[in-house]
Amino acid sequence: MYVAVKGGEKAIDAAHAWLAEERRGDVNVPELSVEQIREQMTLAVNRVMAEGSLYDPDLAALAIKQSRGDLIEAIFLIRAYRTTLPRFGSTNPVDTEAMQCDRRISATFKDAPGGQILGPTFDYTHRLLDFKLAADGEAPEAPRRETQAGPVPHITDFLNKEGLIQTEADSDETPRDLTREPLELPADRALRLQSLTRGDEGFILGMAYSTQRGYARNHAFVGELRIGTCAVEMDIPELGFAVEIGEIELTECETVNQFAGSKSEPPQFTRGYGLVFGQTERKAISMALVDRALRWKEMGEDNMGAPAQDEEFVLYHADNIQATGFLEHIKLPHYVDFQSELELVRKMRAEAQAQTMPEAAE
Amino acid sequence: MNQEYNFAYLDEQTKRMIRRAILKGLAIPGYQVPFASREMPMPYGWGTGGVQVSASVLTPEDTMKVIDQGADDTTNAVSIRKFFEKTAGVATSEETAKADVIQTRHRIPEEDLREDQILVYQVPIPEPLRFLEPRETETRKMHALEEYGLMHVKLYEDISKNGAISTSYAYPVKVEGRYVMDPSPIPKFDNPKLEMAAIQLFGAGREQRIYALPPYTKVVSLDFEDYPFEASKADHACDLCGSETSYLDEVIMDDAGGRMFVCSDTDFCHSRRAAGHVGAQGVPFEEDAA
Amino acid sequence: MTPLFQVKNLTKFYGNRIGCKNVSFDLYPGEVMGIVGESGSGKSTLLNCLAGHLAPDAGEVLFDTRADGMRDTVTMSEPERRMLGRTDWAFVHQHARDGLRMGVSAGGNVGERLMAVGARHYGDIRHKAIDWLGRVEINAERIDDRPSAFSGGMQQRLQIARNLVTGPRLVFMDEPTGGLDVSVQARLLDLLRGLVREMGLSAIIVTHDLAVVRLLADRLMVMKDGHVVETGLTDQVLDDPQHGYTQLLVSSVLQV
Repeated sequence: MYVAVKGGEKAIDAAHAWLAEERRGDVNVPELSVEQIREQMTLAVNRVMAEGSLYDPDLAALAIKQSRGDLIEAIFLIRAYRTTLPRFGSTNPVDTEAMQCDRRISATFKDAPGGQILGPTFDYTHRLLDFKLAADGEAPEAPRRETQAGPVPHITDFLNKEGLIQTEADSDETPRDLTREPLELPADRALRLQSLTRGDEGFILGMAYSTQRGYARNHAFVGELRIGTCAVEMDIPELGFAVEIGEIELTECETVNQFAGSKSEPPQFTRGYGLVFGQTERKAISMALVDRALRWKEMGEDNMGAPAQDEEFVLYHADNIQATGFLEHIKLPHYVDFQSELELVRKMRAEAQAQTMPEAAE
Repeated sequence: MNQEYNFAYLDEQTKRMIRRAILKGLAIPGYQVPFASREMPMPYGWGTGGVQVSASVLTPEDTMKVIDQGADDTTNAVSIRKFFEKTAGVATSEETAKADVIQTRHRIPEEDLREDQILVYQVPIPEPLRFLEPRETETRKMHALEEYGLMHVKLYEDISKNGAISTSYAYPVKVEGRYVMDPSPIPKFDNPKLEMAAIQLFGAGREQRIYALPPYTKVVSLDFEDYPFEASKADHACDLCGSETSYLDEVIMDDAGGRMFVCSDTDFCHSRRAAGHVGAQGVPFEEDAA
Repeated sequence: MTPLFQVKNLTKFYGNRIGCKNVSFDLYPGEVMGIVGESGSGKSTLLNCLAGHLAPDAGEVLFDTRADGMRDTVTMSEPERRMLGRTDWAFVHQHARDGLRMGVSAGGNVGERLMAVGARHYGDIRHKAIDWLGRVEINAERIDDRPSAFSGGMQQRLQIARNLVTGPRLVFMDEPTGGLDVSVQARLLDLLRGLVREMGLSAIIVTHDLAVVRLLADRLMVMKDGHVVETGLTDQVLDDPQHGYTQLLVSSVLQV
């Protein structure tokens, strides 16, 4: 008898139980701890924090465990959790010049005050599977040296002293907040950067790559890429001064891009900017390239019709939580819509047939 | 679990923000009000807009009903109903008449709603002009300037190609002679019911829009004088309860082409059967229950 | 008689570069004005300022509206200007694809302006579309085909039908024969001349082709470097050019 749509509740419960079992996998294999994920899957944790817009390595690691390693699902868990957190206030802008750098490189200058620090990078490894690692993951201690005390100036500041790079206008204005206000276009740069920093890494990478391949090419060099920890400070009204409330790891990328100059301005370099939670340099560089491409209007450049220049296109499609939700919703029942289509097609077919029948009879 | 979250999941500030959007929507029927949609614990496209609207209008004394495709027991309806049971602790019911707030996906209940009820729709794409013009900046301008010629071009093309307007769900309407509105993907059979006594609220989470129809708002389905709008349904009666006026789902029974038609509104069908109506393939209510 | 359209000291700059400067003229009902000049002379800038596609930096563009008489369309609200653009004004683009909806059938293209002003009877709209396809010499059987299946000349004629179907009082044309073969041009010009006479249209035609204005325009305006250098009756300007630049233009045509 008619049971097709009944039993939804029971089915859901059973599915959840099965999911939990699959997440655990073979019980003869020891269970992963959240600490293990946090310490040994750090780059995955970083991505989840960046795109989840919530800096908390333990929660991100928990989300990865719960989502069976599906990072978009983990990001989703973090975003949903983030919704429930009350907002106490906002911190002061972080000062990346005061960053304790683990990595700091420039592609534009061989050396600069502060030096180049390679840091823990895959860059010059040979991508050969290390079978030893399968048996033994212990690593010898890496050599150490003293870090320089004091702030490390930005490479672009050196260019700025000569007036060779465009100065970014300072503003004390509180930027619009993408997570508290609806996205309304046109978006200013602050809003675009917010969207890019929490946007899907794959999407931003693809957009950035398209600019390199000629879809709004903007000749980017990595002026500077730095990764390290920054203090987060907050003004406490009761105290009347700012106190440090914690530290976060950040990746910052400034690209140096060509600019031919115009009637009113002599030729100078321009920049693209990327700032992302954690060690996430692919994302930060991509972000800087896309940021630069989106600035075509203020730079007086031509709109080449390239996807990366199209603010509405980029901002509306960068968020993987929006994208994955809408994409996957087509799995939900659509009996009703489909039924009405079905009836319409049947009716139109019947009418078409009725029209051809008399001719056939003749 | 309950204590870890605020009543109905969202914090009070967020609810106030959403209520402001709802009030603005009610003040300008059919106008899409932008709102700062929050990330909810269910995916975008699965009813996050409707859930946020429901969360903002629910009070602890309310009884809630959730339907998807007209049915209370479809998986997504179950999931959303459980969400509110868990986070708001409100009473739930499958009976349309008993519910204060009804959240729906793709259907309007068969039973007439009352003035003290709220119907909340889940909306995937709130913009009726979207598939004619992909740019939000442009469609907002078209609404502002009431430039709706293009909408009729689409209907014209339908007729010239198919001999009929081939839009069968999410059929566009004009509200109070001003805004063209997407009634969400309800079948066009439901369009005439959009003029009702209850408050109707539409929430699109991913697209960050809320819009509304106050009670008894004039809602006209777009059409041509010589190709008038027709609210159609399958030309059958419900095989379970015998209703000839309700919207029907088609259920495939076997691989030999056997099928039956049943009310898409499960509560409507259930109450008719309880009242003694029996359809062509149905059995009396008491026997089925036994 | 009062003018239908009056332009006073219209000026448009692109940064420091002059787009067009201090252009003034009157256009009377039923009159066709040609604007000629080389590319870069400012004629297209002028036309776009007149039609409300570009905002001029100074000057007035007055139109004798049905409801309120003479109104400055520059200071009009955008809804009013857009309304004019789909009722009393029409704009024929050089490239038909800029003026047509390529994904919509020929009938839908012609019908759009009717529906935009409230036509809601499918049969009437279709009837009118068929009538207009006939007037621009497109076979009625092609009514449900998309313009992408049409030749360049047919697309241009379809664009004209789409523009004229609501009986506009003023038509702007930007190089209407621009991208077409010579033989196709001749046919289109013939057709345009017939329509202009039959409907008593007022029009402003921008072109670099003196043959076009010889056939269509009552009066001419010659532009160079953003300035109007000579105006007058078409035959007068073409047969007895006064300004050195006009003489050069006319002689270069004769050489061809």
